[in-house]
Amino acid sequence: MASAERPTGSGTGSTDHAGRSLRTVQLVSFTVGNEEYGVDIMAVREIRAWSETTPLPNTPEVVRGVINMRGAIVPIFDLRARFGMPRTEPTKYNVVIIVSVASRIVGILVDAVSDIITINEDEIRPMPNMEQVSGLGFMEGLITVGERMVGLIGLERMFSGRMLEAADSAGGKMLPGPSESTGAAA
Amino acid sequence: MDDLAQFKQTFFAECEELLGDLEGHLMALQSGEGDNNTLNAVFRAIHSIKGGAGAFGFDRLVNFAHIFETVLDLMRDGRLEPTPDSVLLVLHCADILSDLVKAAQNGTELPAEHENEGRKSLIDLAATVGVNADPHAADDELAALDAQLAAGGPDALAEAAPEPAAAPAAASEPAAPAPTAAAEPAKAPLLKYLVKFTPRDALYQRANEPLILIRELKELGGFLAKADAEAVPALDQIQPEGAYIKWEFEIETDKGEQAIRDVFEFVIDDCQLEVACLNPPAAAPAAAEAAPAETKAETPAAAAPPKPAAPAAKAEAKPAGDGAATAKPAAAAAAKPEGAGGEAKTVRSIRVDLDRVDKLVNMVGELVITHAMIAQQTEHLHADQHPELANGLAELSHHIRDLQESVMAMRAQPVKSVFARLPRLVRELAMMTNKKIRLDMSGENTEIDKTVIEQLGDPLTHMIRNSCDHGIESPDDRVAVGKSPEGVIHVSADQRGGRIVIEITDDGRGINRDKVMKKAIEKKLIAPDAVLSNEEIDNLIFLPGFSTADTVSNISGRGVGMDVVRQNIQSLGGRVHIQSRPGQGSSFILTLPLTLAVLDGMVLKVGIQSYILPLANIVESLRPEPDQINVVANQSELLRIRGEYVPLVYLHRIFKVPGGIDDPTKALVIIVELEDSSKMGLVVDEIIGQQQVVIKSLEENFDPIRGVGAATILGNGRVSLILDVAGIKHIAENETQQRPSPQARLAAPALQASA
Repeated sequence: MASAERPTGSGTGSTDHAGRSLRTVQLVSFTVGNEEYGVDIMAVREIRAWSETTPLPNTPEVVRGVINMRGAIVPIFDLRARFGMPRTEPTKYNVVIIVSVASRIVGILVDAVSDIITINEDEIRPMPNMEQVSGLGFMEGLITVGERMVGLIGLERMFSGRMLEAADSAGGKMLPGPSESTGAAA
Repeated sequence: MDDLAQFKQTFFAECEELLGDLEGHLMALQSGEGDNNTLNAVFRAIHSIKGGAGAFGFDRLVNFAHIFETVLDLMRDGRLEPTPDSVLLVLHCADILSDLVKAAQNGTELPAEHENEGRKSLIDLAATVGVNADPHAADDELAALDAQLAAGGPDALAEAAPEPAAAPAAASEPAAPAPTAAAEPAKAPLLKYLVKFTPRDALYQRANEPLILIRELKELGGFLAKADAEAVPALDQIQPEGAYIKWEFEIETDKGEQAIRDVFEFVIDDCQLEVACLNPPAAAPAAAEAAPAETKAETPAAAAPPKPAAPAAKAEAKPAGDGAATAKPAAAAAAKPEGAGGEAKTVRSIRVDLDRVDKLVNMVGELVITHAMIAQQTEHLHADQHPELANGLAELSHHIRDLQESVMAMRAQPVKSVFARLPRLVRELAMMTNKKIRLDMSGENTEIDKTVIEQLGDPLTHMIRNSCDHGIESPDDRVAVGKSPEGVIHVSADQRGGRIVIEITDDGRGINRDKVMKKAIEKKLIAPDAVLSNEEIDNLIFLPGFSTADTVSNISGRGVGMDVVRQNIQSLGGRVHIQSRPGQGSSFILTLPLTLAVLDGMVLKVGIQSYILPLANIVESLRPEPDQINVVANQSELLRIRGEYVPLVYLHRIFKVPGGIDDPTKALVIIVELEDSSKMGLVVDEIIGQQQVVIKSLEENFDPIRGVGAATILGNGRVSLILDVAGIKHIAENETQQRPSPQARLAAPALQASA
């Protein structure tokens, strides 16, 4: 896949007549199944094609393993599994979005990158307070683009603290076999 | 200016080294092994610190170091007998000095009383032999320093030091002392010496400052200085660092010729020095060595204030000021006690920024990977058909290995540098707790990676605190149980296999297991009905939030200690555990990797995965015969090998890898040894080969994973995991309790075909 490097110019602000701040936000949107999601473009380091990972033993399904990204070991998370669906069966058309979150670099496996969306900050709707979405604390809000709904993913929220815990909290099933003592190595 | 900050940094780095050395010498003094050379070394270290501090205007430091130095000087002259008390005082003052250095480094102000007591004791001690160690006893401290530092001339170095202005000021100074010094009237009719001092260029290039020498000379007694500036060239030909002025001094002193020569001790190689006695007592034929003495003998003492010298020297100062870029480093670098290089043993070394070394380390790492990549690409080529290629690759492999070892050696440092802080720590702790504690150290020269060294300080300190506070009993208690009143803490470092083992052993009371259990249950760290082995109980102290100290002291007892120690050590790829014998003491045993960058590993294949096993862990590998395998309690499989029973651990089960071979007689058993010397038979499919791998941190972007120490990148660009046998053992031990029987195979046999 192409289009690496981070474009600049996102988040530049302007002011309307009332003096209200109208910060614009740019998002990279992508699809997982039939759903569309977006992450802040400033966090995106690189978009690359799926390549075989090295699995990490005794980790939740969400964790696809690690890849070598120019000498750095980068873990890849399966977003589909994170949403509680079965793991992605990746093909060469699947895409890994490499993002930097809280000084770490991680990859998220999605189906395809669809668009770059520029919106004003005030167009982000808060998540509706539904019981079904209580496990989706990492969703920062919803955006409507044309007729499409795009879910804004808060990377900081998704990968805060220990990653294995974050992955566990998704309720993602573990690999077959006993699952104890993976992250608790401290 | 940044330049100055940089030199300051160098100064503090050197201070740290000097203080480290100092601690070593002081230990020798304390144990009575010290001789005059030790005292000399101590003296030189203090002197170097003082010299540097002076250049940066750390007045308090200079002042204290000066007094300290005076007392040490008396000791090495034999005028002060080093008694246990005075040695203790010296140790104490070394601690104060190091505090002052630290305060200067951090830019903090210590309360004035911090050094006052030590200072007073030093002055008192010097007074016992009739020497006034305090050069300005009458003045208050600040005035004293002003006097001392401003004595040189109108542009006092001291005030200007933090500013870039220091450079021109310092440069102009060689001219300054002449008139001032000349004003000094001759007093004591003792021995009169003529000193001819001709600096060479090198003296300035090594950032020495004649003014400091001249001042020091002046302290010896009646003094007349004459500067000869005839050699100063025209303004446009002046080299900023050139030596153009020479001096003649007439000194009347009772301290003897050696005292004069001592002043020049550090610059003796970079100048021409003649010392001659003008009125030698009949018995002393000292003048014999100074041939041209008579030519100067008639120089009238009062006459010849060096009028022409002043403007000429001013001229020198000017270009120096203009060409500040070059002159400034020279002046500012006066802090570098390079002059101390005049010591007998010369270690040829340069200072290199650590970043550069790290970059080199990284590059070598990439080189190793690239080599592996090429080797893999050419594997299918027949060596017979391409002999040059095969030879070249083999050669390259050797060179890379050599290169790597050299680079790693650059990063390696003896643990001495961390150990050096410990004596002081123990001294202070002993004082605070009213205990008698002796510290023994061994293996200080064991070398280990610098990063490890740097991060070793805190955990080591914690463990020593713990031993002093909780381990060693009070002298009365010790006597009551028939021990010597003095407790002993032994710290040793040793290289075993690919790892460094550091042990901290005390002969105290050991761990009170009942108390630890009670506390752990109380704090809900373990279940009330938990059954733990003695060793497990001992190691409870590493749990977060655990502390048994009944009263919280400022030494230890806040419950943030041992768990932090364990975390620190683990983040270095090391491990720590404690062994305790009640009533006899405890040992902390700490194992650390030699380097954090590269290891020799064996590439293993298990099912569809391959892993790297550190070579250091491997004892042997074999394919066992069926009768070698025994099942215990229908649970654990043991491999009998040469009369020893080794538990078998199936890596594919531990890691849930599909397709691993389940029958050890068809697979391969690798006998690995753990740090606690226990053995384990790791069952894998096959060994692919030995390879040197570059260690890449997994934790940089992810969390630690039990059983996996780190990751690496193989020749094909794929990531491979490096196994951590202790972690694997841990998983295995927890799983045997859960698995009903070894016959309940986990892996699907159907997948075996794909292996």
